[in-house]
Amino acid sequence: MRVSSTWQGESAASVTFTFNGQRVTGRAGDTVASALLANDIRLVGRSFKYHRPRGILTAGSEEPNALVTVGTGPDRMPNVRATVQEIYQGLEVVSQNHIGPLHRDLMAVNDVLHPFLGAGFYYKTFMWPRSFWERVYEPLIRRAAGLGALSGEAGGATSEKAYAFCDVLVIGAGITGIMAALTAAEAGADVILAEDAMVAGGQTGPQDGQIGDLAAGDWSQTRLDQLRAIPNVRVMLRTAVTGVYDDGSFAALERTGLHLPPGPDLPRETFWRIRAKQAVLATGALERPIAFPGNDRPGIMMTSAIATYAERFGVVPGRRIAVFATCDHAHRTIAALARQQGFSKLTVIDPRPDAVALGDYRLIAGAEVIGTRGRLGLREITIRKGGTEQRLEADCLGLSGGWNPSVHLTCHLGARPVWDEARAMFLPAPGAVPGLHPAGACNGTLSVAGCLREGQAAALTALRAMGRKPRAPALPDASDDPGRGRTLWAVAAKGRAWLDFANDVTTKDVKQAAQEGFTSVEHMKRYTTQGMAPDQGKSSNIGALAILADATGRTISTTGTTTFRPPFVPVTLKAMGAGAEGKGFAPERLTTSHAATLARGAPMIEAGLWYRPSYFPAKGETTWQQSCDREVRMVRATVGVVDVSTLGKIEIMGQDAGAFLDFLYTNTFSTLPVGRARYGLMLREDGHVMDDGTSARLAPEHFVMTTTTAAAGQVMAHMEFTAQALRPDLDVRFLSVTEQWAQFSVAGPLSRELMNSVLDDPIDDTAFPFMGCGAVKVHGIPARLFRISFSGERAYEIAVPARYGDALYRDLVARAEVLGGGAYGMEALNVLRLEKGFITHAEIHGRVTAFDIGMQGMLSGKKDFIGKAAAGRPGLLDPARERLVGLKPVDPDGVLTAGARLFKPEDPPEARNDQGYVTSVGQSPNLGHMIALAFLRHGPEREGHEIMMIDALRGIRTKVEVVPPVFFDREGGRARG
Amino acid sequence: MLIPCPQCGPRDIREFTCKGHETYMHRPSPAAPPEAWDDHLHNRDNPAGPTREMWHHVAGCGAWLVVERNTVTHAVTGAMLAREVAR
Repeated sequence: MRVSSTWQGESAASVTFTFNGQRVTGRAGDTVASALLANDIRLVGRSFKYHRPRGILTAGSEEPNALVTVGTGPDRMPNVRATVQEIYQGLEVVSQNHIGPLHRDLMAVNDVLHPFLGAGFYYKTFMWPRSFWERVYEPLIRRAAGLGALSGEAGGATSEKAYAFCDVLVIGAGITGIMAALTAAEAGADVILAEDAMVAGGQTGPQDGQIGDLAAGDWSQTRLDQLRAIPNVRVMLRTAVTGVYDDGSFAALERTGLHLPPGPDLPRETFWRIRAKQAVLATGALERPIAFPGNDRPGIMMTSAIATYAERFGVVPGRRIAVFATCDHAHRTIAALARQQGFSKLTVIDPRPDAVALGDYRLIAGAEVIGTRGRLGLREITIRKGGTEQRLEADCLGLSGGWNPSVHLTCHLGARPVWDEARAMFLPAPGAVPGLHPAGACNGTLSVAGCLREGQAAALTALRAMGRKPRAPALPDASDDPGRGRTLWAVAAKGRAWLDFANDVTTKDVKQAAQEGFTSVEHMKRYTTQGMAPDQGKSSNIGALAILADATGRTISTTGTTTFRPPFVPVTLKAMGAGAEGKGFAPERLTTSHAATLARGAPMIEAGLWYRPSYFPAKGETTWQQSCDREVRMVRATVGVVDVSTLGKIEIMGQDAGAFLDFLYTNTFSTLPVGRARYGLMLREDGHVMDDGTSARLAPEHFVMTTTTAAAGQVMAHMEFTAQALRPDLDVRFLSVTEQWAQFSVAGPLSRELMNSVLDDPIDDTAFPFMGCGAVKVHGIPARLFRISFSGERAYEIAVPARYGDALYRDLVARAEVLGGGAYGMEALNVLRLEKGFITHAEIHGRVTAFDIGMQGMLSGKKDFIGKAAAGRPGLLDPARERLVGLKPVDPDGVLTAGARLFKPEDPPEARNDQGYVTSVGQSPNLGHMIALAFLRHGPEREGHEIMMIDALRGIRTKVEVVPPVFFDREGGRARG
Repeated sequence: MLIPCPQCGPRDIREFTCKGHETYMHRPSPAAPPEAWDDHLHNRDNPAGPTREMWHHVAGCGAWLVVERNTVTHAVTGAMLAREVAR
């Protein structure tokens, strides 16, 4: 029932949304919960296990009951707390966890069956017979499990991630946090004030009297307006700090656009990473429910929530409101409410015989609520006073069992909260998070003056820790009386008394867990699922713990708590992974020839983050194999052009550059003449191959190294480590220039002719013999030319500054086409190198040695190098190791597949008979059959033998012959020219 | 976590990669017995408390650092350039 039409002092516009298809009118500023309550809709959802009718318990992000699904299509979001979601015109809200209409849920049969569905029901019931596990039980359980459902559609509105830095982060904008922020801001510190709710003020209201000359409920907003005017303060409302990490690092989730209709450029949420030098924790406290039979009906809510709905939204959640309270604070709240419109029939039931009414309401002292009635919403409560019971009509019942300080964030680095027996609260462990200073209600301080005092003191401590010398301004006058209270976890009465409303855990479940031996709080949690729902037991964990302590005859302090972990509130993966969807997951690295390649219709394949052409379809070609075959023949017959810029390129300079390479590579480079390139093999220190490539000497103290595309980053880090940590004695500097140079391979018998058509000064085989290198000019542009080959043909690699890459590539391909050649792609490149037995990271995959790939001869005996000692271990030189061989099918039509395993033909194909595996395959148009590289036990010793290749995954068996890994031009005459 | 890079100042952990214990930079001589190389390559303590590790400021200045930190508290108590430790 709405009793006031203003919102924060101003009249508010009406807003229409739908709940389960029914039009509901609220007003600007409402949450879904407040709007539903204003329309007297109390039934909001069904509980997880028993499908009990449930309403709204709280007015904040701790809500366990009122979980709804909002939005449509890809923006549909399940398990949204109705107490947090603000309404906007056209918002669609539906309830969850029921089959059929919400008020006639077919799954409510579970509630009737509850005697059979207690704690551990799953573990006891779904055990036998074993054959039912996967076929019967799992589908059954999966169907019943889970709350809400995602749309399954991709896309939708985007979220963002953002970073912020400050001197002092204040978490929570209640009176404590505001006082802390004011103190820090006045001292000149950069302040971020983050508040989960959409308004400041926390739980402070009319019940708290005056702060200075302002009503307590108005103080926060007035001071917040002041804070906003200070340039060094950033106020972030709708922002929940979700996690605390090392060294002042905090995660926070901002509901940037969730309260507004979706629109372009409006992120739904923003996931913040905040780095703060110091922080003040002012997260307040959550009101503690009381367990008694039937305490879960719609209409039963926290007393503080009743006050919030009245104060903030002008909504009275019932016509006959009763409150079951054990503390003075609730009496003050009710006394303040009793003065307001709409709160005429208020009753307080207090178990303390000496309780005194503080205002105009009926008090039943020394009494307890022991039962409730009302199928879809509270209608009546049963009160026990002394030996007699009485019934009281009530459609709303407030619960006030005291306060649980919100200590969660203090536990994120591993600290456990400390039980304070006198105050009956868990308090933050001192020094739990370095630089995080708890203050106010989250620190167990409940009086208004105490909160202001602690907020200021925490800020002063933070400022001093930063080396500042702040003044302490005088605090406003306020009440310093926290009130008294009595602890009452559960009422002794017959019937199911709920602790965890979301997961349907009752006091009986916890006691049963204890009886069955699950006496550790962590075991009890997992056995009963207490605190494992989306709300993470914010309102129920402490109560469950107290029941467990009682059932096991221990104190709360020795029983201990479960672990609080981030996030404090649920965080959508969409927000946490913002920016990393689709292509955002991995940046795209494009070569300079990318546009020209696409223009030729080449399908692109990914090589790490790079994109390279797979093949270039020519007219009439319908399969990639046809294009690949043509390109291979073209390179062997005329000339082909391929972009090789993706290979790592590292400039190495210094008077010890040669010595440095000698230490990195297994072979020697210091003796390499200027103007020559050499193939080099690099090991890890454990003796296994890391990478290979050529390094060219451009000047006595200047080399340029190439790495494979895959290992470019790893090799660079390895070189940095080697130079800095192992060989700081060497005078050498190096820099990755992969992005700076565009490099193209021109390969084939006509490659020199093509090169000479673009070079300013023609070259011959004397100036550029095989493995020669040097500076040249192409169309007047200084360039580098290397005569190196990955195809087995005469070949040149020409490198120009990247800005000329596009023009040179187009020019080279056009000239190649005039010569009968053209562009080729990765498929052809792979076949060309396979025919030559050249290895890639398919072969040097991290588990092979130089010995395995037949390159033991490249391990210099004259010098030390990385991996030398380990490579000499006997186990790495065992002839029985899987060693590189070539394979060809015995039948020329036989199919070879990469990843297939090798067996002796007579052996059954079982793991223990495994002889090795295929790494790379290709169809050789020159040989007319498939060829493969493989690792085979005893490898080269078995040349000429027949082996069975078995690909169990694809169902392929092919008899193959072991051959040397070089299939074509074994003498290498074509490349040397 | 923040790592105080001697060249860049305190920087976020996401700018760094960790290689492992400082052992990696104390390379045995080529002639050292197999046991020494085995220790160097494979054998590591798993300390609960202070340790010294190799970190690479890969998204920063490129320096390799020897970082002193506590595996229990995550407190970073110092960072030196590997180049200087090695000398």
